[in-house]
Amino acid sequence: MKQVIHRKFSQKLLHLSFLLLFFFSVSLVAQEGDPAKGKTLFNTNCAACHNLDKKMTGPALRNVEATLEAEGKDRQWIYDWVHNSSAVIKSGDAYANKLYAEYNQAAMTAFPQLSEADIDDILAYTAQEAPAPTVAPTPAGGETASTGGGISNKIILGALIVLFGLLAFALILVRRTLNRFAEAKGLDVAKEKGPSIWKAFVQNQFLVLVTVIVLMLAGAYYVYGYLMQIGVDQGYQPVQPIHYSHRIHAGDNGIDCKYCHSSARVSKTSGIPSLNVCMNCHKSIYEVAPETQQEGLTKYGVDYNAEIKKLYAAVGWDDANQQYTGETQPVKWIRIHNLPDFVYFNHSQHVTVAGVECQTCHGPIETMEVVEQFAPLTMGWCINCHRETNVKVEDNGYYEKIHEELAKKYNVEQLTAAQMGGTECGKCHY
Amino acid sequence: MSSNKKYWKSVEELNENSSIVETLRQNEFVEEIPVEDFLGDKETLESSSTTRRDFLKYIGFSTAAASLAACEGPVIKSIPYVVQPKEIIPGVANYYATTIANGFDFANVLVKTREGRPIGIKSNKLAKSHGFGNARVNASVLGLYDSLRVKGPKKDGKNISWDDFDSEVVAKLNELAASGKQIALLTQTFASPSTARLIAEFKAKYTTANHVVYDAISESAALDAFQAKYGIRGLANYDFAKVSTIVSVGADILGDWQGGGFDAGYAQGRIPHEGKMSRHIQIESNMSLAGANADKRVTVKPSMQKAVLAKLYSYVVGGSVSVSLPEQLDATVQAIASELKKAGSNGVIVTGIQDVNAQTVVLAINEFLGSKAFNVSSPILTRQGSDKAVTALVNDLKAGKVGAIIMAGVNPAYTLPNASEFTEALKNTELSVAFSMKEDETASATQYIAATPHYLESWGDVEIVKGHYSLTQPAIRPLFNTRQFQEALLKWTGNSVTYHDYIKETWTSGILGGSSFNQALHDGVFVAGAYSGMNGSSTETIETSETTLKDKKDRTWVGGIIHDAAVGLGIKEEDKDEYVTTTSTTTVETAGAEGASSVTVNGGDAARALAASVASEGMELVLYSKTGMGDGQQANNPWLQEFPDPITRVSWDNYLTVSKADAESLGLKNWNVANGAMNGSYADVTVNGTTIQNVPVVVQPGQAKGSVGLSFGYGRTTGLKDEMKTGVNAYALYHNFNTFQSVSVSAASGEHEFACIQLHNTLMGRGDIIKETTLDVFNKEGKEVWNPMPMVSLNHEETPVTSPRVDLWEGFDRSIGHHFNLSIDLNACTGCGACVIACHAENNVPVVGKREVRKSRDMHWLRIDRYYSAEETFEGDNEKKESAEGWFSGERKALLEMEHASENPQVAFQPVMCQHCNHAPCETVCPVAATSHGRQGQNHMAYNRCVGTRYCANNCPYKVRRFNWFLYAQNDEFDYHMNDDLGRMVLNPDVVVRSRGVMEKCSMCIQMTQKSILDAKREGRPVKDEEFQTACSAACSSGAMVFGDINDKESKVAHLKEDNRMYHLLEHVGTEPNVFYHVKVRNTTEA
Repeated sequence: MKQVIHRKFSQKLLHLSFLLLFFFSVSLVAQEGDPAKGKTLFNTNCAACHNLDKKMTGPALRNVEATLEAEGKDRQWIYDWVHNSSAVIKSGDAYANKLYAEYNQAAMTAFPQLSEADIDDILAYTAQEAPAPTVAPTPAGGETASTGGGISNKIILGALIVLFGLLAFALILVRRTLNRFAEAKGLDVAKEKGPSIWKAFVQNQFLVLVTVIVLMLAGAYYVYGYLMQIGVDQGYQPVQPIHYSHRIHAGDNGIDCKYCHSSARVSKTSGIPSLNVCMNCHKSIYEVAPETQQEGLTKYGVDYNAEIKKLYAAVGWDDANQQYTGETQPVKWIRIHNLPDFVYFNHSQHVTVAGVECQTCHGPIETMEVVEQFAPLTMGWCINCHRETNVKVEDNGYYEKIHEELAKKYNVEQLTAAQMGGTECGKCHY
Repeated sequence: MSSNKKYWKSVEELNENSSIVETLRQNEFVEEIPVEDFLGDKETLESSSTTRRDFLKYIGFSTAAASLAACEGPVIKSIPYVVQPKEIIPGVANYYATTIANGFDFANVLVKTREGRPIGIKSNKLAKSHGFGNARVNASVLGLYDSLRVKGPKKDGKNISWDDFDSEVVAKLNELAASGKQIALLTQTFASPSTARLIAEFKAKYTTANHVVYDAISESAALDAFQAKYGIRGLANYDFAKVSTIVSVGADILGDWQGGGFDAGYAQGRIPHEGKMSRHIQIESNMSLAGANADKRVTVKPSMQKAVLAKLYSYVVGGSVSVSLPEQLDATVQAIASELKKAGSNGVIVTGIQDVNAQTVVLAINEFLGSKAFNVSSPILTRQGSDKAVTALVNDLKAGKVGAIIMAGVNPAYTLPNASEFTEALKNTELSVAFSMKEDETASATQYIAATPHYLESWGDVEIVKGHYSLTQPAIRPLFNTRQFQEALLKWTGNSVTYHDYIKETWTSGILGGSSFNQALHDGVFVAGAYSGMNGSSTETIETSETTLKDKKDRTWVGGIIHDAAVGLGIKEEDKDEYVTTTSTTTVETAGAEGASSVTVNGGDAARALAASVASEGMELVLYSKTGMGDGQQANNPWLQEFPDPITRVSWDNYLTVSKADAESLGLKNWNVANGAMNGSYADVTVNGTTIQNVPVVVQPGQAKGSVGLSFGYGRTTGLKDEMKTGVNAYALYHNFNTFQSVSVSAASGEHEFACIQLHNTLMGRGDIIKETTLDVFNKEGKEVWNPMPMVSLNHEETPVTSPRVDLWEGFDRSIGHHFNLSIDLNACTGCGACVIACHAENNVPVVGKREVRKSRDMHWLRIDRYYSAEETFEGDNEKKESAEGWFSGERKALLEMEHASENPQVAFQPVMCQHCNHAPCETVCPVAATSHGRQGQNHMAYNRCVGTRYCANNCPYKVRRFNWFLYAQNDEFDYHMNDDLGRMVLNPDVVVRSRGVMEKCSMCIQMTQKSILDAKREGRPVKDEEFQTACSAACSSGAMVFGDINDKESKVAHLKEDNRMYHLLEHVGTEPNVFYHVKVRNTTEA
């Protein structure tokens, strides 16, 4: 027996040395699989649960083969595992069961579609050394550029001021000199004392009247304009405790608004998503792509990865150990759209029943890095829309009878919300 | 630039610990702001130093400040859940079925929660009985947010932890059990199978434990009589829908008699159907709700009630009794008896007399009649208390025989007639624990206060009616560090399961019989299919009979009744304190058991005994419970304090009700002061040596001459806000737990200011407000006789006022879409007031306080007007008015006569809210168009548009508009629930809280109709009829209020509108209201 083991061992050693020899003699890529192909395969099949350097739903996979080899598992074992991990677990394999227990008894999805060559490719990819941490190109250059722009503007402005100053000074000098000349020549430069313009103006009563009226009208216009904007917070763009970019989520990633704001479908409030909704994705998305990060730093001055960390802190997610700590810190968002208490507004009426796009009232949210109040949210704004918008009656059993009768009464094809009663006081004020 | 130098204004400031500096720092204004001056009465206003110039300055400053403040909006934070529970969607209400069982009120209800906080109580339509809440049940949600709740366990006034509490109590209990001293459990009636089981376990562990059930307002006599006859401690159940003749002797069957809950069945039989309706005869002393609804009401003194009942027995069943009635009364009783006999099984008799004989007589008569309404197979279990056991316990306490007393759900230091003795005797115990939500009279006298949760935070099960089980489930996490009584018992008996699991165990093993617990929890109710001595309830019956046996002492159970009877007959001298002194518990049990099973109770004997006990001398007092306050445990509930009593219309008080004749002879009176408020005299009331001084007096039409009435539930002193410490404590007069007492009343000096929202005048024949007729006329005559349409003259032609030709307004076509109408049947409305409180909860109606109510500034959107009519019918009134001779003297005399409500007036209730007139007078006078009409029939009110001219209120013929004279939320001057963060949690987030200076009124619950419409729209279907509800119609147990869309021709309300009894309030004004009433029909036909 011992002999056999020894022989096997020596055989293994031989193999290994052969392998090593081969390793060094022939190019790495050609031998074990294609890391480039492996990368693609990894990203499509494994990345949802695995990362090369980080424990996620599954273990980190950098140099996984070497790790496994230390556990005495060969490549065949890896093939078996990938093709059907639960079978391996069931077979009573100790290490497999240990893994299974360690990762919350979540068995890895079986990938029978991956050929052994594919797995070789992936393993080759995982065997690559971690790239040296790329030093994020210092934004210094950009900064200088931008500050440079600022300076140049200032310089132009300063130069202009200096220029005008010089000009004014020159003019004064010229005048003084001319005066001196005149004095020297004995010329009298005393001005003619005609009636001043101001006096003439005061004496002309008509002009005074017109001016007063014009001033009053202008004053009224501005006062009215000022009063009308009181309480209207259009463009209100507060800084939020977590920099959440609607541009990235709703725009670049095209996530449906109602995925997060799900209660808009059934409730009066659209609902600020609870943090567990964020974690549906951000459990695996722990950092943004380097380009996005770069864009954030340069264009918006935001470190997106740090913002994700804020989310983790709030929801109590220990990213390193992939578990919830239970220490939560609810996020105090700043409310942007504030309707007064005496107005009743129901999202589901507009979103579900009327099929109004979110953007109609909230503006191009998908392009907003920081959300601002798009609409004035004044009563006039509401009423106008109700007057112009047709009621969406298609396939709605509720409207069948009433729409037919009312349309006949008003002699129209399509009723507006106002005609349906949508401008009655009591529909929004109670 | 800034330095770290410290600046100070006075040396005092340098002193770190100076309190004055801190005070000044906290108070921006050193002097108090003279708010009182503005709110005070005229005198203080006149003596105020505020000059006109100052006033203008204030105005200028506040205007400037307001406009400046408006420029900058506040930053509003929104905080979402970290993990949102999947059943909660912000903005969408959830409903949970639960059961209230506070020892006085028992009902199956639904709790409406928003974002996890309960904001309203609704009725549970799945419940076969007790599915509607009365006014108190509807108001109970506010008790959850009571700022004076005990927030954690306390020992001698200091906070302790539950662990310390447990270890100390358990150590003491073990010690006492070992030394053989009594451990008394004094509890409310739980009627709970699980609690009964738990208490049995507790008694098994602590062998000296003695469980005494105590009902503050006792039904002990009825329980004793029922138990003697049927062997189970319960109360006979009555379904008044099944009978045509109802005779009640002193039982307020629409109030709290036997725990209440009879109004639904009662009202069902009161609506004329195919020319028939039930006939209700009430014989009573006080004017009760039942009496107010009766067709025939006979007023007799309390002692005569007994005589009448005994006579009734002899006339109906036979046999003779040794009592004679005055001739006229005798004739009346004979007539009633013959009616009952004629009705046979369609008749029923009930009584509220707290006398075993009286109760036995009633059971015997009903059995004799074979009454269909009379149900003894599923008795009511919500009262279990035994007076004798309670008395015995108090005596034990006084004698120092009780080592420990543990109380739950009771407040004996307030509700016992000898409360001070009880409080004193508590000191004799080694351990006293009160499980209480409040630091009330009892809890503040005990060593330990175990803070209990509100029922909306608790688990529980209740068997309200035998075989009908209900579950209580929490609708919110406990707000404070509280623990249920049952949880504590589990801990003390060494049981580690939670009470929830314990209930589940009880139910799955004994009650459900294989049905799903979750389904039962969802429904809130479970009716056992075949009832057969189940675990929980059998324990319970054993439990209770044991209790009674123990205090039966040396006589057998039924023997006791015979003894009582013998005493009554005068065969045996009554030894007054027998039942309080004899306390041998060893030999009784066996004797009692066989006695109870072998002897039956004879109705005849009981009737004779009852007749013999009639002793009438002097004034008699009837103690009763008010619709709003009940037994007084919710005294800190501002909704209930401001709830006007249905009969007297007085809020914020209890009072002595006196008949007019007695009032005159005693020199007591009521009068109205200049601002329309009512004042009254005080009286001193003495019962059996106990005197309550300065009891306010209300002269009550229909009060039996020689009797006075006083309600329980008021005069609380501890554990409630100062504003709520109203009235006098009538429990002090509740000797021997008898509601009838011999009393002496004398006038006292001083005058009392009442907050009465409707005065006592009669309707003076203005029959178009309340239209009523008799069944006879209703059946024989056409509609034009008893429900005539008012006519006006157009070109000398009689034209109905509803004709468009005489209308000032252009008609608006409302045939398209919804058109909401509310129907109110005056026959079915009992005046119970559940709708008033439901409206408060739904619409955030503020509480304004007694002083403001006196100024007619009450904010009730829905009021229930009570009208007396002097004659038997309104026709009688009219006739009297018409036939009065002499232009001045005769007519005036007749009118004056009518103004003084007669000795026994007829009563009618009429709920009045905004009538939502299609041709609304209020809308045309609003200068800013703040009130306008919707196509769906509702009269809208845009509060933010209102500038407060009050023209609309002046122009409203129904006087239903309410003006916000002050800011009632977050204002210390109105320190009710809207002034603290906790109390404001009850507010309905769908309805705005109105601010100062705007008019408000009933919106016909537009938020509810809009929600129903939106639900239908989302699901793409038409709205179903039953979906449309208002808060009041949903809370109406009697079915008097029906709400719906009259354009839906199939709807209930559309049919009701076609009914011949339909009329509009003040039809001749031509306002075309969307609220309509049904003519009240009285069944005056003597069968």
